[in-house]
Amino acid sequence: MKLRRSMLFVPGSNTSMVCNAFVYRPDTVMFDLEDSVAIEEKDSARLMVYHALQHFTYDDMETAVRVNPLHSIYGLLDLEAVIRAGVDIIRLPKTDTVEDVLQMQEVIEKIEFKIGTDKKTKLLAAIESAQGVVNAVSIASCSDRLMGIALGAEDFVRDLHTQRTKAGSELMAARAQILLAARAAKIHAFDSVFSDVRDKEGFIREAKYIKDLGFDGKSLINPNQISVLHKIFAPSKNDVEWALDVIEASTNAKEKGLGVVSIDGKMVDAPVIARAQWTLELAKASGMLGGDE
Amino acid sequence: MIDSKEIKNITKLTPNKADFFKASSKNHSGKERFSKICESIEESIKRSGLKDGMTISFHHAFRGGDKVLNVVMDIIAKMGFKDLTLASSSLASVHDPLIEHIKNGVVTQIYTSGLRSKLGEAISKGLMEKPVQVHSHGGRVHLVKSGELNIDVAFIGVPVIDRFGNATGYKGRSKCGSLGYAMTDARYAKYVVAISESLEEYPSFPASITQDQVDSIVLVDEVGDPSQIGEGATRMTTNPKELLLARRAARVIVNSGLFKNGYSLQTGTGGASLATTIFLSEKMEEENITASFGLGGITGTMVYMLKRGQIKTLLDVQSFDEFAAKSLGENLNHIEISANQYANPSSKGAAIKQLDVVVLSALEIDINFNVNVLTGSKGILRGASGGHCDTAAEAKLSIIVAPLTRGRIPTIVNRVNTIITPGNTVDVVVTDQGVAVNPKNIELKQRLKKAGITVVEIEDLYKKAIKICGKPKPINYSDKVVATIRYRDGSVLDVVKALA
Repeated sequence: MKLRRSMLFVPGSNTSMVCNAFVYRPDTVMFDLEDSVAIEEKDSARLMVYHALQHFTYDDMETAVRVNPLHSIYGLLDLEAVIRAGVDIIRLPKTDTVEDVLQMQEVIEKIEFKIGTDKKTKLLAAIESAQGVVNAVSIASCSDRLMGIALGAEDFVRDLHTQRTKAGSELMAARAQILLAARAAKIHAFDSVFSDVRDKEGFIREAKYIKDLGFDGKSLINPNQISVLHKIFAPSKNDVEWALDVIEASTNAKEKGLGVVSIDGKMVDAPVIARAQWTLELAKASGMLGGDE
Repeated sequence: MIDSKEIKNITKLTPNKADFFKASSKNHSGKERFSKICESIEESIKRSGLKDGMTISFHHAFRGGDKVLNVVMDIIAKMGFKDLTLASSSLASVHDPLIEHIKNGVVTQIYTSGLRSKLGEAISKGLMEKPVQVHSHGGRVHLVKSGELNIDVAFIGVPVIDRFGNATGYKGRSKCGSLGYAMTDARYAKYVVAISESLEEYPSFPASITQDQVDSIVLVDEVGDPSQIGEGATRMTTNPKELLLARRAARVIVNSGLFKNGYSLQTGTGGASLATTIFLSEKMEEENITASFGLGGITGTMVYMLKRGQIKTLLDVQSFDEFAAKSLGENLNHIEISANQYANPSSKGAAIKQLDVVVLSALEIDINFNVNVLTGSKGILRGASGGHCDTAAEAKLSIIVAPLTRGRIPTIVNRVNTIITPGNTVDVVVTDQGVAVNPKNIELKQRLKKAGITVVEIEDLYKKAIKICGKPKPINYSDKVVATIRYRDGSVLDVVKALA
């Protein structure tokens, strides 16, 4: 399973951010063509993102684009451009129903067919309304292109007739629903952005909380949040040592032709080995076993 | 009176002319003693015996808030002096009015560490006949002591002084903190004029410039603009690229093998450098490490670490902000040092020879690790040599921190426009797209790799920068030399030519 802790939002009209975002090494970079781009910049932003997606600086990074809704005059133009440019993931702007996903899928399939690509563009559905949360379970399992679902908190709380608080109780139900829906469909679950970039403590509190809930990662709006988030998602030193022991023991067992071994009296079987491998993967991505943070 | 026959065998001695057998003629009844205090700057210049062709000096502790150099130069020009050599320890953008004095032949030669703004641009376009001599902070003292830079009259602006010439920088309205660069001039100039805005009762000690060094004193309304002296409050940068660079630089230091109890460090101003200090402070706290001293231009962050006991002593040649300036007067372990004690290569004891780690910035770095901090991408003089080459040469570990590209300008280049710091004194280059280690440091490279830091070849960084930005067009220079880059030992390292 691909590591997707950090998904960095980059306004498609911000030249400097589009040019520089790759240096911060988020797990996924997400160029936005929708809400962060002013009407008069929709075309130039699309053109810039089209070029950025093909630039070598983003070669080894997963890319996503949040396109404008299909019912707007920009939606189809966005898709035509970014799929040609080889984007990995299309983030649906606002997903209320299964039909929203299927409609998007149909348009993407047509474009892919037209340009003759083998690449199967993945989908990420942003749940931003009460209706979407209620439908989350069916949305999560409606398409094999869907790699994850994400909570878009700002619109959601408005729909819920409340506002965002530091404690986050207004998002309790939505987070639980989205997480369970994603897990049941075996896809990724992403938490919403934390907008107050100056409140580092608040960000850490929220990131720890959603990690404990079980989310895979979080959308971010500031590159400075990436290393903080990765640190929170990093395994503990003890976990890493345990994982190294497990891998070593299982490798030895394999060499000796043994099926199952035990560490400290506990059986090491396939699920344990898989968890150990995942821990090491995470440790590596967190700069604990070499590699940059 | 002594009979001269009695000492005739020791002919070089002169007999005292006073007759001690008559009543004393000295008048103690309120007669005015000779006063060092002059009515005006003009009077002090007259007293100094300044003549055409002589060398005058200034210091740069007031940075962009300096109110001394321009005022003195205007008066010198009005008095009709010509063909002077101006030796300011550095020049800031506030000194653009010098352009007129150069045009009028008042100043015909300049020695400085830095040139910026319109002055730098005008000189780059060939304003002066004689090339500017650009020196490092340590190198300037060496030029003074070796006799090349012979200061006839030093004009030393000081925030506070007493009537006999004892002066300090850590108090007063225009406090600038350390007077480290002025201390050299006070010691070596033939005539010293101290210019101040605040008179204290004699004796005012401890003093940075002392009574035995000062010939004349002038009191003026202001020597500095407090809002421009410090570069504002010491604020943590929020620029993500600077923070990324800083985190990486701190990680290099932590894994360099030098990061242990009693190590020493120097970091400059600028977002990334300042942030490196903060990340180091966090790491030092985590690992319970204290530094023996922090050196150089001192910032509020360094003061913060001193107060928390993370750094035992600060050796301060220049205070970069008002926190540092104030602390110099308040903390016993915040010590003022002269430029000679800081970085002069021929000094009997320059503190940089005890330094472990220095973090420096750069305008350009080339694939041979040479660094340019003076000329910009258009070939115009717009920076300062400062302590760059001094510290890089002497610190055990010199780290250059710079983004790989600035806008569409590559920072890593094939050959720097101007060499200020030779590549053989640079150990590590930290960029946002990888860390390059000077090939001579095999052990360090291994250490960093072992710690999981992505170490790349500097040629690869260069290739990547070119791939992103394209190859810039070469700058069109003429043959006329406008600046000579003097290395710290006085030798010529490079020249800057005029723009064609």
